[in-house]
Amino acid sequence: MTSLLQQIIPGQQVTGPEFPDYDVLQGCIRCGRCLPVCPTYQETTLETMSPRGRLALLRAVEDGKLDLTSSIADYLYHCLDCRACNTVCPPGVPIGELILDGRAAYAVKAGRPWWARIALDRFLTSARAMEPVMRMARLYQRLGLPRVVRPVLRALKGRHPAFHTLFHMEGLLPRLPSQPLHARLAEVTPAQGERRYRVGFFLGCMMSQVLADVSQATVRVLTRNGCEVVTPPGQVCCGAPHDDQGNKRMARDLARRNIDLFARYQDLDVIVADCAACAGMIKEYPHLLRDDPVYYPRALAMARRMRDVSEWLAEVLDDAVPLAEVRCTVTYHEPCHLANAQGVREPPVRVLRRIPGLELRPLPDSTRCCGSAGIYNLTHPEMADRLLEDKVRKIAGTGADTVVTGNPGCLLQIQMGVREHGIPVRVRHLTQLLDEAYARAESSRAR
Amino acid sequence: MAIPSHVLRELRDALGPERVLTRPEELIVYSYDGTWAEGQPDVVVNPTTTEQVAAVLRIANRERIPVVPRGAGTGLAGASVPQGGIVLNLARMNRIREISPEDMVAVVEPGVVNQTLQDELRPYGLIYPPDPASLYMSTIGGNVATNAGGPRCLKYGVTKDYVLGLEVVLPGGDVLRTGGRQIKNVTGYNLTQLFVGSEGTLGVITEITLRLLPAPAARATAMAAYARLEDAAHTVNAILSAGILPLTTELMDQACIQAVERKLQIGLPVEAEALMLIAVDGEPEAVEPQIHRVADICRRMGADPVEVATTPEEEEKLWLARRSVSPALALIKPNRLTEDIAVPRSKIPEMIRRIQAIAREYDVLIPTFGHIGDGNVHPDIMCDRRDPDEMRRVALAAQAVFEATVELGGTLSGEHGIGLLKKEFLPGALGPLAIEKMLGIKKVFDPHGIMNPGKVFPEA
Repeated sequence: MTSLLQQIIPGQQVTGPEFPDYDVLQGCIRCGRCLPVCPTYQETTLETMSPRGRLALLRAVEDGKLDLTSSIADYLYHCLDCRACNTVCPPGVPIGELILDGRAAYAVKAGRPWWARIALDRFLTSARAMEPVMRMARLYQRLGLPRVVRPVLRALKGRHPAFHTLFHMEGLLPRLPSQPLHARLAEVTPAQGERRYRVGFFLGCMMSQVLADVSQATVRVLTRNGCEVVTPPGQVCCGAPHDDQGNKRMARDLARRNIDLFARYQDLDVIVADCAACAGMIKEYPHLLRDDPVYYPRALAMARRMRDVSEWLAEVLDDAVPLAEVRCTVTYHEPCHLANAQGVREPPVRVLRRIPGLELRPLPDSTRCCGSAGIYNLTHPEMADRLLEDKVRKIAGTGADTVVTGNPGCLLQIQMGVREHGIPVRVRHLTQLLDEAYARAESSRAR
Repeated sequence: MAIPSHVLRELRDALGPERVLTRPEELIVYSYDGTWAEGQPDVVVNPTTTEQVAAVLRIANRERIPVVPRGAGTGLAGASVPQGGIVLNLARMNRIREISPEDMVAVVEPGVVNQTLQDELRPYGLIYPPDPASLYMSTIGGNVATNAGGPRCLKYGVTKDYVLGLEVVLPGGDVLRTGGRQIKNVTGYNLTQLFVGSEGTLGVITEITLRLLPAPAARATAMAAYARLEDAAHTVNAILSAGILPLTTELMDQACIQAVERKLQIGLPVEAEALMLIAVDGEPEAVEPQIHRVADICRRMGADPVEVATTPEEEEKLWLARRSVSPALALIKPNRLTEDIAVPRSKIPEMIRRIQAIAREYDVLIPTFGHIGDGNVHPDIMCDRRDPDEMRRVALAAQAVFEATVELGGTLSGEHGIGLLKKEFLPGALGPLAIEKMLGIKKVFDPHGIMNPGKVFPEA
């Protein structure tokens, strides 16, 4: 059935799957099961801020009852894309994907904001393209400006949303590495000891530019477990930010480039990412390219090889490699794009349990979004703050001294949250904690 | 009908401008519930206090504007679907005002989600027994307004058995308090029960005092497959006659079994005419021997195979099949008419046979499942709204199901209510005198007929 949406946008030639599929939208039986798991509904108790409501808006548009206005787009953009709704939907409607399709439809109709066209389309296309901006950010930090700027932004953030966004942007940024990881990580990092696996490494843009230490730890942990780590040069952004912000065309273009690049490495056992958003996106490449007869099968092949690092480690962690005792109490925040989008919930916990001395404390509502949600904390700082506050309160409630997660967005957001709320908690990626345990074991043996 | 601008202004003054919604996109998401019924409101208001609700009802009563109370909009009879007027969204009134372990009561606002209350009660070792399938999302206010049931009600009863007292705002804005905090109460008419199941046609419930029970320590489940449907129904009586009051007795007919098996492929007996899940709860020492006795009775009544689960993990596996009925049926057809008739327990086999005959006669698919111990069954008439011919046959089949129900001494609704979708069948089920008296009662509380008009009763 032709989408009615395609008919109501005059003069627009639409061929790609930019539009929520009408038949799939019909799949919503309006049972309301998604309401209690949707963070924005929980916060507002407004139907417009619920998955069911957002699908109803899209359906009303396709039925010709409503125009796709900026107000409707606003409700679509208030979605965190956390995919909690997808996990409970009785008929299994891909709600999150439909909402992104709706955003893309709006972008086709009304264009995209100037900042998205500059920030996402120009600079966030690969870690390398980010370099000019990151160079300025590194300079900003080296000159000691944060000490001056941060208090000013904190004072101003209530005045105007733009200041709130700037405050978040500034506050999220950790101490940047002197050099991005993609510039110094060799194409092939050999396994320590016997090579058991050959693993492709999808190095996310944020990981390389902002959290290089984390990804370096990831590579060390992999090599210690018999993995030869292959990081193909020329990787581009996974496309998640572009898909998220309504630019399907660019998301597909980036996806095809990554697919082609990794297709050249046929002998990889798996492809691993330590960014849940990247791994989640790559696993969704088949959906993104479902109407592309050439790339759909290739997307499927890449998605099948894709693993979140926790999934892979849970499978291959080598008992023969000693882990030192790490005496800490840990609670685990589940990234939405790991737990909900990829359905990976047990593996990170299994890996954590392997670390001796570590006490694991359950985090209430561990899958509830922390408010980071891609660039949501910049576009919707107020709602993001509410979710972060809730997250930080629950983390503090566990009494843990370390919170572990598996996604750069969550790492930065929670880091900012515990700092702003003065909670004495370390925020670590799963691989950082493992790396710490391995390193200690190695140094004690050396002594 | 459009709401006059001075009325909107008054509503905004009373509630605050951000709590009064009038934009088309804000209205359209309040045009539905858990059915396919649709109707547009003219304005949606989101009160947070009893005073605000009273202000809305004062204005609405004066202006003769219809008011539709709404919780989470998960109803299955169209009761909260507006046909113009004001949608009173109570989802924001979601505070648990009190949990009293001494009096064993909870005092809640109508927008509290059933599961939220269950979670809050857990540390006290208490439960609120009514557990409709919608408990994750439906609100206590909605549960009370529809007198919701649930699988546990064979042993524990339905919502009405746990509502001790209410605070209700009446048209005009008066605030009525009914009942109290005690189990026994014979002081005057039982106004509390009048509001239970009234589907928002008498007033707006703004506070509910609920009776609680101690949480049972243990639970166990048996699953039994029957070659003959009648044997399943007779098993329920055999268990009760043996002195065991099960927590639940859930039945799935062959169409359900096959739908679930197609979805899950977990090796369900697709040849069986019925699959029954029987759970018992209580002290661990009592529960285990009891479930084995239940299993023996099932076998004696002809069930084969019979499986028993005594740990939560094993139970989870058995219940997976039952919980998957709804999603499995969703894969067969995009829409369905979910009925919730109830007949005397002895009539269950005949009712199901009749449903199967009706399905054949009108060439529609009607999988049936339900809580047979309490006589409540759900024939789901599968359909596709875009197929007018099928929808015509579905309407005829629904009517035939209702007629058969009444013939067997049953009732149109066990737990969903009448709402919009079943009101035309009310005269056949109740007769003119009962309807006349009910409308008389309505007039006492709602003289101008502003409370959820067009619901429950057929148009006069």
